[in-house]
Amino acid sequence: MERREQFDEMRSTDGEVRAHFGPIAEWLARTPAKRVAEKRREADLLFHRVGITFAVYGDDQGAERLIPFDTIPRIIPGTEWEELARGLKQRVDALNRFLHDVYHEQAILKAGLIPPAQVLKNSSFEKEMRGVELPNRVYSSIAGIDLVRHSDGRYYVLEDNLRTPSGVSYMIENRKMMMRLFPELFERQTVLPVEHYPALLLETLRASAPPRARDPVVAVLTPGQYNSAYFEHAFLAQQMGVELVEGADLFTKDNTVYMRTTSGRQRVDVIYRRIDDAFLDPLAFKKESMLGVPGLFAAYRAGNVALANAVGTGVADDKSTYPYVPEMIRFYLKEEPILANVPTWRCGRPKDLAYVLEHLAELVVKEVQGSGGYGMLVGPTASKAELAVFRKRLKANPDNYIAQPTLSLSTCPTFVKRGVAPRHVDLRPYVLSGREVKLVPGGLTRVALKEGSLVVNSSQGGGTKDTWVVE
Amino acid sequence: MLSRVADRIYWMSRQIERAENMARILGVTSNMVLFGTRETREQNLLAPLTITDSAERYFEQKKPVTLQGLVDFLALDPDNPSSIYSCLRSARENGHAVRWQITSEMWESLNTTWLEMRRVRRAEIAGAGATRFFDWVKDRSHLFRGVTYGTIMRGDAFNFSRLGTFLERADNTARILDVKYHVHLPSVKDVGGALDHYQWTALLRSVSSFETYRTLYRDQVLPINVAQLLILERRMPRSLAACFDQVTQAMERIEGHDRAAMRLASELHARLTHADIEEIFQDGLHEYLTEFIGDMNELAMRIQRAYLGTA
Repeated sequence: MERREQFDEMRSTDGEVRAHFGPIAEWLARTPAKRVAEKRREADLLFHRVGITFAVYGDDQGAERLIPFDTIPRIIPGTEWEELARGLKQRVDALNRFLHDVYHEQAILKAGLIPPAQVLKNSSFEKEMRGVELPNRVYSSIAGIDLVRHSDGRYYVLEDNLRTPSGVSYMIENRKMMMRLFPELFERQTVLPVEHYPALLLETLRASAPPRARDPVVAVLTPGQYNSAYFEHAFLAQQMGVELVEGADLFTKDNTVYMRTTSGRQRVDVIYRRIDDAFLDPLAFKKESMLGVPGLFAAYRAGNVALANAVGTGVADDKSTYPYVPEMIRFYLKEEPILANVPTWRCGRPKDLAYVLEHLAELVVKEVQGSGGYGMLVGPTASKAELAVFRKRLKANPDNYIAQPTLSLSTCPTFVKRGVAPRHVDLRPYVLSGREVKLVPGGLTRVALKEGSLVVNSSQGGGTKDTWVVE
Repeated sequence: MLSRVADRIYWMSRQIERAENMARILGVTSNMVLFGTRETREQNLLAPLTITDSAERYFEQKKPVTLQGLVDFLALDPDNPSSIYSCLRSARENGHAVRWQITSEMWESLNTTWLEMRRVRRAEIAGAGATRFFDWVKDRSHLFRGVTYGTIMRGDAFNFSRLGTFLERADNTARILDVKYHVHLPSVKDVGGALDHYQWTALLRSVSSFETYRTLYRDQVLPINVAQLLILERRMPRSLAACFDQVTQAMERIEGHDRAAMRLASELHARLTHADIEEIFQDGLHEYLTEFIGDMNELAMRIQRAYLGTA
C-alpha cells in the first residue's frame, strides 16, 4: 500500500469529475443553495416523522435521536460493484466453510494453517456446537463486511461482521428518502434497487428452516424496545411480514420452540436473533440473562429450530482470526482472494513484532480481545510518551496485538456548514447466504461528519449516505 | 397475535378511556361543588374517590378533602396509578412497546398526548383552568379512539383495542351510576321520589347524555329513567348495553376465541338485552350494579388469562 493522499470518490487526481458522479455534480453546481437547503430540511422532517432512529428514546424528550443522513449519495460504477460482489461472496463462502470445519473435522487446524489455540481457546468458540449439522452448512446467513477504499484506489476489508450486523434498515430507508427527494436524479441514471432486501432476507431465513417445516414460521428475536438497534429489528420484521418477538414471548416444550399467542401456542421454525450468544438461553449460557429463552439452545441442537446467525459464529469474525481469512479462501476454495485484507502484522510472531516495534509511529495497533478505544494505538497521532508505554505493553503481551498501516479512507462530497466538502466514508455491504449467496447492490455507506475524522460510527457522530450502484 | 402485544393494546385503550372517565368525573365534581349545601358538597367531593376505589389511598396522605386536593391526586399525581397523569403515561408506554403493531397515527396520538400532559403545571389547572384541562383530556381520548377506528386494519389489534375501551367504559358507567345512586339515595324509601335535580343532571352531563335523556324521556329527570338510559338503552353509546354490544362483537371477532371468556361475555350481554328496569329496581339497583361490576371483573380476568398472558 502506498500513497498518502486519500482517494476522492467524486473526482480523479486531475480534478475531473468521475463519470458516475456526473449527474450529481451537475445538480450540485446548478441548484441554488436555497433549494439545496430546502431539500435537506425536507429530509430531516421526513426522517423525524417516520422516526428512523438508532438510539433509545430519551425519556425526557419522548423523541428518539436520528442518525444524520447526508443527501449526497456515494456512487459506485456497476463494473466495480460486480468485482466487489464476487469478492464478497468468495469471502463469506470461505468463512462459512471455515466455521463448518472448525466445528467438525478441523482440517484447517490439522493442516497447520492456523494455530489451534487461536480457535479452540477463543472465547467465542462454542464447544457445544461441535458436530452440529446446520442446513446448507451455513453459519452466518447474514454478514456485513466492512470495506474501505485506500488511497491506492483499491478496496480492502476492514472487518467481518458475521454475528449481528446492523444498518441495513438505514440502507433501505435512505434509498426511499432519496427517491422521494430527488426523483429527477433517478431518471438520469440507472441506480440498481435495494428495496428487495427484506424479500431476499426472508427467503434466506426460510431456506435455513428444519426440513420438516413445510411452511416455515420465521420470527425476529429482539432484546426489546430499549436496544439501540430496535428500530431495525421492528422494521425488518414488519417488512418481511413476520412476528417481532422478545424472549418472554417464546417458550420451549419437547425441544420445540413456541410463541405465546392469543390463540394458543404457535411453533416457530426459524429465529432471526439479534441477541448475542451469551444471552440467548439462561439454561445454556449466562444464567442471569432475562432476554433469552430457556431451552432454546437444546431445541436448536436437536435441529427443531434454526437460528440466524448460528451460535458460535464469533470465532470467525474477531481480530485474531481476521489475518487468516485469505488463507481460508485458498484452503477451502483453492482460489486467490479477490478482496484483500488490510495488511496485518500479528505481533505474536517474532518477525512481525520486530517490524511493528520499529515502525510503531506509522501503524495502528489493536488489541485482539477488545473493541478499539482503550486498547488501541494510532501511531501517527500518538505522543512519544504514549508510544513508549505501548511499546512496553507490546513486549509484555505480544500475542494480544495486531498492527495495520494507517488507512487513508476515501472521501465523498458531503454537506457541511460551509457548503460541500470531502468527508471520509466506508462501505458495509450485506451478504445473504441461504441455498445461494446473494447481495443487494451497494450497502450502507457511513460517513465521518467531522472534518478529518475517520470515525464513521453512528454512536460517535457518524452519519450515513445512500449508496448507488449505477449501471 | 402475540399475547404480549394484545395485552399492551388492550391496556393502552383501557388507560385512555380511564383517563377520559376520570376527567369527566372530575369535571362534574368541580361543577357540583359550586352548588348545594356543605353536606352535599362533601358528598360530591368523596364520590370520585369512591368511584375509583381510591378513598383509602387518598386518606393515607392525611390531606383534607378539597377540590384542589382531589384534582392534585386524581389528575396529576404520578404516584397514583389511576390518576390522569399515570394513565396517559402508561398508555404511551404501552404504545411505544408495540409501536409497530399499531398505526403511526395511533402512536403519534398517544405520544403527543403524553408530551403535552408532561407540560401541564398545577397552577394552570386551578380554578377555571381545570375545566379546560378536563376538556383537553376528553378531546385526546376522542382523538385516540377516532384514529384507531379510522386507521387500523380490522384484525385482532383493532379487536383488543375496542375490547379494552368498552370494558373500561362499561365498568366506569356502572360505578358512576352506583355511587351516585347510592350516595344520593341512602334510603330505599326514596326510590322514585322527587330528588335533587342537579345531581342527576350532573350525572347525565358527565356521560354526555343530558340531551339524549331529554330526547327520549321528555320528562323531569327521574332516577329510574336515568338508570334505564345508562344501563339498558343501547342507543346511548355509554350505556352498559351499548358497551356490551361492542364487547361481544370484539370478542366474537378475536381469532381463536376462548369459550369461558366468550360465554361470560355473552351471558352479561344477554342479561342487559332482556332486562327490565322495573325488576332491577325492585330487586335493588345497588345490588344489581354491584353484581354486574363483580361479573365484569371476572370477565376481565378470564380475558387476561385466555388471551393476554396473566398480568
